[in-house]
Amino acid sequence: MPVRIRTALVTLVTLPLAACEGRQSALAPQGLQSDQILRTLLLFLAVAAVVWTAVVIALGIGLLRRKRMPERPLALHQDFEKATGRVVFALGFATLVIVLGLSIVSYAGQRTVFAKDDNALTLKIIGHQWWWEVRYEDDSPDRSFVTANEIRIPTGKAVKVELESADVIHSFWVPSLTGKMDLITGQKNELQFTARNAGVYRGQCAEFCGLQHAHMAVAVLALSPDEFGRWRDHENQSASSPTDVLGKQGEQLFRARGCALCHNIRGTLAGGQLGPDLTHVGSRTTVAAGTLPLTPATLGAWIADPQHIKPGNYMPRMPLQSGELIAILHYLEQLK
Amino acid sequence: MRQTIVRNVGALPTYGYGPRSGPWWGAMGFMALEGMGFAIAIGAYLYLYAVNSDWPIGAAPPDLWPGTVEVAIYLLSIIPNEMTNRAAKRQDLAKVRTGLIVMSLIGIVLLVFRGIEFAHLNTRWDNSAYGSVVWLILGLHTTHLATDLGDTVVLTVLMFTAHAKPRRFSDVTDNAFYWNFVVLAWLPLYVLLDWVPRL
Amino acid sequence: MTVLADERELRDDALNGLELATRLERLWRTPSGLLGALMSVDHKVIGRRYIVTAFAFLLLGGALAILMRIQLAGPEQTFLSPDKYNQIFTMHGSTMMFLFAVPVMEAFAVYLVPLMVGTRNIAFPRLNAFSYWMFLFGGCFLWISFLLNVGPDVGWFAYVPLSSLQYTPTKRPDVWAQMITFTEVAALAVSVEIVVTVFKLRAPGMTLDRIPLFVWAMLVTSFLVMFAMPSIMVASTSLILDRLVNTRFYDPSSGGHPLLWQHLFWFFGHPEVYIIFIPGTGMVSMILGTFARRPVIGYPVVILSLIATGFLSFGLWVHHMFVTGLPQLGAGLFTASSMLIAVPSGLQIFCWLATLWDGRPVYRTPLLFVIGFIVVFVLGGLSGVMVASVPIDTQVHDTYFVVAHFHYVLIGGAVFPLIGAVYYWFPKITGRMLSETLGRWNFWLALIGFNVAFFPMHILGLIGMPRRVYTYTADMDWAHLNLVSSGGAVVFAISFAILLANVIYSLRRGALAGDNPWDASTLEWATSSPPPPQNFDRIPVVKHRDPLWFDNESLPVVAGLSIERREVLLTSLAEAEPQTREASPEPSVWPLITAIATTIFFVGSIFTPWAVLWGTPPMAVALIGWFWPSGSREDEE
Repeated sequence: MPVRIRTALVTLVTLPLAACEGRQSALAPQGLQSDQILRTLLLFLAVAAVVWTAVVIALGIGLLRRKRMPERPLALHQDFEKATGRVVFALGFATLVIVLGLSIVSYAGQRTVFAKDDNALTLKIIGHQWWWEVRYEDDSPDRSFVTANEIRIPTGKAVKVELESADVIHSFWVPSLTGKMDLITGQKNELQFTARNAGVYRGQCAEFCGLQHAHMAVAVLALSPDEFGRWRDHENQSASSPTDVLGKQGEQLFRARGCALCHNIRGTLAGGQLGPDLTHVGSRTTVAAGTLPLTPATLGAWIADPQHIKPGNYMPRMPLQSGELIAILHYLEQLK
Repeated sequence: MRQTIVRNVGALPTYGYGPRSGPWWGAMGFMALEGMGFAIAIGAYLYLYAVNSDWPIGAAPPDLWPGTVEVAIYLLSIIPNEMTNRAAKRQDLAKVRTGLIVMSLIGIVLLVFRGIEFAHLNTRWDNSAYGSVVWLILGLHTTHLATDLGDTVVLTVLMFTAHAKPRRFSDVTDNAFYWNFVVLAWLPLYVLLDWVPRL
Repeated sequence: MTVLADERELRDDALNGLELATRLERLWRTPSGLLGALMSVDHKVIGRRYIVTAFAFLLLGGALAILMRIQLAGPEQTFLSPDKYNQIFTMHGSTMMFLFAVPVMEAFAVYLVPLMVGTRNIAFPRLNAFSYWMFLFGGCFLWISFLLNVGPDVGWFAYVPLSSLQYTPTKRPDVWAQMITFTEVAALAVSVEIVVTVFKLRAPGMTLDRIPLFVWAMLVTSFLVMFAMPSIMVASTSLILDRLVNTRFYDPSSGGHPLLWQHLFWFFGHPEVYIIFIPGTGMVSMILGTFARRPVIGYPVVILSLIATGFLSFGLWVHHMFVTGLPQLGAGLFTASSMLIAVPSGLQIFCWLATLWDGRPVYRTPLLFVIGFIVVFVLGGLSGVMVASVPIDTQVHDTYFVVAHFHYVLIGGAVFPLIGAVYYWFPKITGRMLSETLGRWNFWLALIGFNVAFFPMHILGLIGMPRRVYTYTADMDWAHLNLVSSGGAVVFAISFAILLANVIYSLRRGALAGDNPWDASTLEWATSSPPPPQNFDRIPVVKHRDPLWFDNESLPVVAGLSIERREVLLTSLAEAEPQTREASPEPSVWPLITAIATTIFFVGSIFTPWAVLWGTPPMAVALIGWFWPSGSREDEE
């Protein structure tokens, strides 16, 4: 029975929100942790709804009920005063019992959400103004690699993310999988979550981090374990060399026009460390930390004038001739 | 509304001492909030102490002697301070004048020692968070010392002018009361600044 | 001790009626002319200025809110640049918290508390004048900076390291931090004044259990200010030092820690919420007693709840930091302490409900706002219980859910009572009634507009919308709810326009109020509307918690205070037994000069540390001028 009530509640709350199912919503959980949080949340919501309704009904009755005849304000009935005093105390005591009960429920939920799995897949996320550096680390260095703004994880397996910041405080939040955790300068935090189903879950920086805080999204792609293994093997490889003329020209322009001062492309001479690693940029789904979906058009627009799309971000507008832009774009698209 | 006089307060005095006077309560209020300021600063020190394994950070602890000498002077100053306080309650103008001069001189001596103490902290404010919080706390207390000294000097001058009326004696007692706060505040700060880094 | 003086002096027992009133009025009035106005130390004059200034900042802060709602009404709009938006949301929060909410409550206290406790002026009237000037100058400093494009842009919480010199190498965070110093000086000064006024200036016979509930609320609030604000002063000072002289409080590479800032900020920041809310509850209790036509049930319960709320408010700041990686058990304990505050808040609500249950409600605008308060605030309190839970908070923290929550608490808990209070005390302050018709429009538009604007934000937060974003992408499905919210904000803004129109209209055309238009029970209604400069011709004697209901024919008073020099009656702390007739300061221009000198010092010191050196002598001179006896009878007795 309680299960059915809970289901009904979930339906009721999420009905108007069906459109955003699965993307970036605490109400559409796809992870073990976000499931637990939603259960706690719905319980609190139910208690809150009951209490609020009771107060408003009490208020309404208090205002509408027939009163005794007008008297002087100080002509009080001692019996009524005493009885009311007792009722007030009883209600106060009930409040105490409810909040203590809710505290215990909350703590139980908290234990589940923050439970640790020692066999978790570990990766490190470093917050930058305004993008996410993602490091997959392995015991053997040649199995470690760096990517950006997109995290791929296997379904059904616990994932531990270690959170650090390269500059100011950020907060990693993918509501469909779990609650948020801050990335704090000079401190190491961690967060664990497990995705139940395959899918793309969007997240966004939740701590104000300056000019482009609004455009600092992250995508979590949950893949089946096999698929994840294949992706990891592929991602671990260095960038493929361009085979066509335009691509080779693009590679060379990437260095000549200054892109390589900030961006790293493994296996090439481009070794900048300030901006996102672009080794496999062609296989990503978004541009500029989730600002736009990745297509040749959006990537081209981004390279042509990053300050128009995300004003104030640290990627400067490079003076490129249209031929040069096309070559660089062609090169980057090949980096699958 | 009709008024019915039920009592006449004409016989009451026009000023009082201690909790019977308004300014005394004002001083209490300011001491409470300034005391809270000290408590917060101490809290900040202890927080930084707790999060750093290395303390004091990159520096030797402050030299002990300036702070210790100050403690001695502060404690001894309670005696002339209390004598001034009592003289003021007796409205003994001559003794109040002497007491205020002595207290002004003590304040100046302490300010000089405070300067020496800053020079013997063995760290600068911009060396590390340790240096910053030490300078902040010492600066905060020095502000109180300087403010009280300023008040004492002005009162001293006042007591040599035609304004040395009975009501002023109440001000002198409030000033003496506040001095005790300056002394009392120094003791935990001394332990914190000079001894905690030696733990 | 002053027998000689006594014999020559004219007392208020020697005169009566109009003659007495005229003499006292001449003695206590603010001097005429511009200089006179700048010299005023009358708590009513200063209180009125304080209230008007705080409401001016409310309108400015509200205008910023409308700009933000226009920007967010649809996805990827370019109405505001990210730079402007970040300044605007920072200015909105800072203005509302530091220049409106806290000052307006203290302003009402400055005006009302001396009247409610039956005295002639607030304790330390010159400090009161100084406090107002500091508030005004601090507010102007912030807003002029904003208009010069140096408005702070790091949030009203100014988290380091974003607000450090490295990441914000402009003067903007300095402006924010120094505005804090201005307003905290002002707020701390008023708190001490209120505490001493309540402790020592109560009318004879106003024992602790006869103090009006608003006065109790302001007493508790003042203590909260005194113990919470030093924390933010230490924080803002150390931030300025980090930025100006390279101290390392918040620099992790030199042993500093960003979380120190958060602890210091929220140790102040959480009590701050109660500094705003507790005065609101005081207003509710006063309005409710008058319009339910009976005393509020559970007077001692309400007072104990206020005190308990005050104590508890210092033990829950950590719930603002649940996602900073704190130890789990510690965080869990702060969940319990945070929820515990629902008990005293709940007890007060139950007392008010019981009062309405037994009372015979008179549906005038002030009561409507109190009813609105209960409906809105309880919802905000309950979402607060949700936010206090660590697992729930990890989802809703820093999302629009929290924006909804605290607007329900602050607008529901403080602004609704405040607007009710405006309707309730406007007749006392101006002598004229506000229009009831406009009042009803004001109330219903406020209630509807508020809920339409803020309720959808709960859902927006749960479906993933973070706070402090200047825009959002079109594929996020947040557009509809944001549009609804923006529409509600416009309706809500119209309700304030109606309030403004009502005030302007009623100042000239409103019905005359008389001394006690609502047949209320407390002492401020025992004098004329607006009250004369001396407040009361003779100091009342209090024999009952509701003196004007106890006896509405005649007012027992004491006689024997001077009518040749400003004198107030000091009484004992608990029993309010008369103790001394203390002099009360005359008007003086020195508080203004001191405030100007302090302003130069404060503003100078964000540009150069040497300002501490050259800024101090003018302040010292001004302070000596302030305290130096002028040779008047007030000073020399």
